Amino acid sequence: MILLLQYTIIFASVLMLVALGGCFSERSGVINIGLEGTMVIGALGGALVMKYLPVSAGAFAMVALTVLASALLGMLFSLFLAVAAISFKADQTIIGTAMNMLATAGATVAVKAMNTIASGGNDVSSDIAYTHTKDLFIVRLGEFEFNWFMLIAFVCLIISYVALYKTRFGLRLRSCGEHPQASASVGINVFKMRYAGVLISGLLAGLGGIVYITAGVSVWKFEYGVAGFGFLAMAVMIFGAWHPLRIALAALLFGFLRALGNVYSGFDFMLALNIPGVVYNMLPYIISLVVLAFTSKKSRAPKAAGLIYDKGSR
Amino acid sequence: MKKEKTPLIRQDGFQTLLSSLVCVLGGLIIGYIVLLLIEPSGAFGAITAIMKSFFRYPGKMMLKYFGQTLVRTVPLLMCSLSVLFAYKVGMFNIGVAGQYVAGACGCLYAALAWKLPWLPCLLIGMVAAGLLGAISGLLKTKCNVNVVISGIMLNWITLYLTNLILGKVKSPNSPYTLELRGNNPGALLPRMGLDKLFNNEKSVTIAIPLAVIIAVAIWFVLNKTKFGYELKATGHNYHAARYAGMKENWNIIVTMFIAGALAGLGAGMLFLTGIENWETTTSSVPAMGFNGIAVAFLGGLSPIGSILSSFFIQYITFGGGNVDLQVYSSQISSLISSLIIYLCAFVGFFKFFIQGRIRKKDEKLAAGAAEKREGGDAK
Repeated sequence: MILLLQYTIIFASVLMLVALGGCFSERSGVINIGLEGTMVIGALGGALVMKYLPVSAGAFAMVALTVLASALLGMLFSLFLAVAAISFKADQTIIGTAMNMLATAGATVAVKAMNTIASGGNDVSSDIAYTHTKDLFIVRLGEFEFNWFMLIAFVCLIISYVALYKTRFGLRLRSCGEHPQASASVGINVFKMRYAGVLISGLLAGLGGIVYITAGVSVWKFEYGVAGFGFLAMAVMIFGAWHPLRIALAALLFGFLRALGNVYSGFDFMLALNIPGVVYNMLPYIISLVVLAFTSKKSRAPKAAGLIYDKGSR
Repeated sequence: MKKEKTPLIRQDGFQTLLSSLVCVLGGLIIGYIVLLLIEPSGAFGAITAIMKSFFRYPGKMMLKYFGQTLVRTVPLLMCSLSVLFAYKVGMFNIGVAGQYVAGACGCLYAALAWKLPWLPCLLIGMVAAGLLGAISGLLKTKCNVNVVISGIMLNWITLYLTNLILGKVKSPNSPYTLELRGNNPGALLPRMGLDKLFNNEKSVTIAIPLAVIIAVAIWFVLNKTKFGYELKATGHNYHAARYAGMKENWNIIVTMFIAGALAGLGAGMLFLTGIENWETTTSSVPAMGFNGIAVAFLGGLSPIGSILSSFFIQYITFGGGNVDLQVYSSQISSLISSLIIYLCAFVGFFKFFIQGRIRKKDEKLAAGAAEKREGGDAK
């Protein structure tokens, strides 16, 4: 039971971080389909720090540097979206799709090259192992393994809520996702706001990436990307109606379902139900599709999300 | 009346071709730089290995690999047709990946569990994928759900469902589905002697000419029929199409059905050749669909362009397997193709740039002509 709770919280942390990222981007008016890819790149940054920083560096330095590397790489990668979609007015969906392909291919090529060079051609895998350093992130409270990432995710949630709803910046950002021409008419720089939205989404998604790959395992194969968690986070964002607090609740629900898929075989009564594991993996997507079907008539989605900002149009 | 000849650079088709070539060149150059970064000494050899693809093998082997490349080009072409067809009505069919999976699920289950011959298998896969596409269309028209979002959700639902369903016909000691050749050879697509052309490569079937015929048919439907015209009108302006009396909602659903069916057909045309089996532990949506998006845009959203671009992408993908795997990885070609699709998003900007240059030149010429005329008046 404690294992279920632990997995639920850690998966919920991942989903919440990435979905909040998506929320910032869409609220500013840019649909970020590249969340999945951004997670991969963020995960790569964090995993490299965890691999090469010695355990003797201590828990604080380890956590801080890992978080920093993931967030920074995530932000850099999201520039691919920002530059193309905001400055060059390219189609956001194509860019996002390309980013997802680019991230997995790029990360695989990079990790394989590093492994090949380090081993002199014996190891051509795309694995990064961080077995020893992973322990620095965990504080054992009885059977429950508290992970510092859980706290970080919670802090990010509060900051996001305050930034979006209690500050001038948040109000301006949200206005750019609803009616950018109106925002521009009162002197808000729409381009700047959208850059901010996309970069913040890169930061949060990058963080989510490292949390995801350290959640259950201590070796990650980068050929697999992040197995659809970025897309699941989009579902969380939609189910959470683009609002940080609802996103947190949605993340808990979807995280619970995902955790159930991982550990259901440990419960006798769940085994007796005889539901295949994939059903738990499928459920989040089905739920969000059904919710969408019922609520999209009067959608809460930012009105200008996905539209290219053209100063001339009204 | 004599038709005035437009200079090549002013033709839309040529501008598209030029932009696509720039994208390809850009992708290759960046790919080469990555190779240089990994290990400078072998980089040139690696990029030529990718570019030469199957041509670097001697006679008979080359034909065999050429055949295999064509076999894998077929589903890619079909997926890209699916994407561009939906794009004409203004739908971004990111669900093509899931529709491809549904097609694989339908045809393989029909072939392995019901032991049907190839034609019904192909049709079942096609209809399964078409229905999935129609769900997206229905959700759009009835409930106003964004097609991109519903497509993404349906991709994952379909993937998990397919793993579940095809798990019933998998071989007992591996995660792959049973071999078609051993279990139901009747479900393999007929070869009609085509394999003889490619050094007896067994996977070369009628799928290859069929795919080309379908591409031409799609071109015909889009450009020469009333239905195609209505679709494009709906894509340009939904409300205007409605005002003009077109059944815009019905058109969207039918289009999405056809788009799905094309992707499903593509899956059938790959899996019913026996070249590949479905892995029932697949944990992410196959890249085929997403590559189809790349191919569609690289081909300038034209069915004929798609034939060329799908072959090109498959050509360099095969080439990627040729690099020295002790130094480089075969994913370098996926990196190049993803760079190409990324650059493709700039095609609009690039065309705008060319047109801007042309306009400036025109204005200069016009100004020059006006000056001359004025000069003439003064005399």
